[in-house]
Amino acid sequence: MKKYLFVLRKPPHSGAFVQEMLDIILTTAAFDQKLALLLLDDGVFQLKQGQNPESLGMKDTASIFKALEIYDVHDIYTEVESLQERGLKPVDLCLPVREFYRKDIAGLMKQYDVVFAG
Amino acid sequence: MKFAIQINTSPYQTNAGYTAYQFIQAAISQGHEVFRVFFYHDGIYHAFKYATPPDDEIPFAAQWSELSRQHQLDLVVCISAAQRRGLLYFDEAGRQGKVDNDLAEGFRISGLGQLVEATLAADRFIVFG
Repeated sequence: MKKYLFVLRKPPHSGAFVQEMLDIILTTAAFDQKLALLLLDDGVFQLKQGQNPESLGMKDTASIFKALEIYDVHDIYTEVESLQERGLKPVDLCLPVREFYRKDIAGLMKQYDVVFAG
Repeated sequence: MKFAIQINTSPYQTNAGYTAYQFIQAAISQGHEVFRVFFYHDGIYHAFKYATPPDDEIPFAAQWSELSRQHQLDLVVCISAAQRRGLLYFDEAGRQGKVDNDLAEGFRISGLGQLVEATLAADRFIVFG
């Protein structure tokens, strides 16, 4: 078994990228690996409340994040500065997240075997 | 050292795929092992057999085929990413009631389980693009 940290940095609905990343995350969880997600930069928008992407022909990827709990994925992390720089607070997100300061991100990454850029 | 590689961008979107190609060549020439190369997202566009660039440009798919032949490199294209973008191997095309056979020599089609397996088997996993 390995520990995976999926580092998600892209905004939602920019093509199928996030949807396809979630497929990797779900497959990794189905392999019974231990994993956590880290939302950085524009990645924090992936959990923004009140998205309505279907009207643009895109998948509602935020609802897929909510399904991760079924796969025992509970650890969703974000960066204090990424939220602040975009005028967001944890209450603006559709799932509970644990915040880390930018200075602590490198230390967080060191705890994982695979840091998966996504 | 054993490497697993993922390629996410198409040949004409960024040069990340070609950087990966050069990295793999360098790694193998220094005695490292490349366990698998997994093509995902728009990276699947590297595997289109009928890509026909002008003679003075790099034929990416043909180069991958040649690298695979030289080093028995395992080039895996994600089936769901490929089908979404219209890259079909003949057997899958038949199952879908379509006539097509796009996959270049040396590539094979498989699922995301092969990616997870590669990340488990490798000492280092690197994403390009």
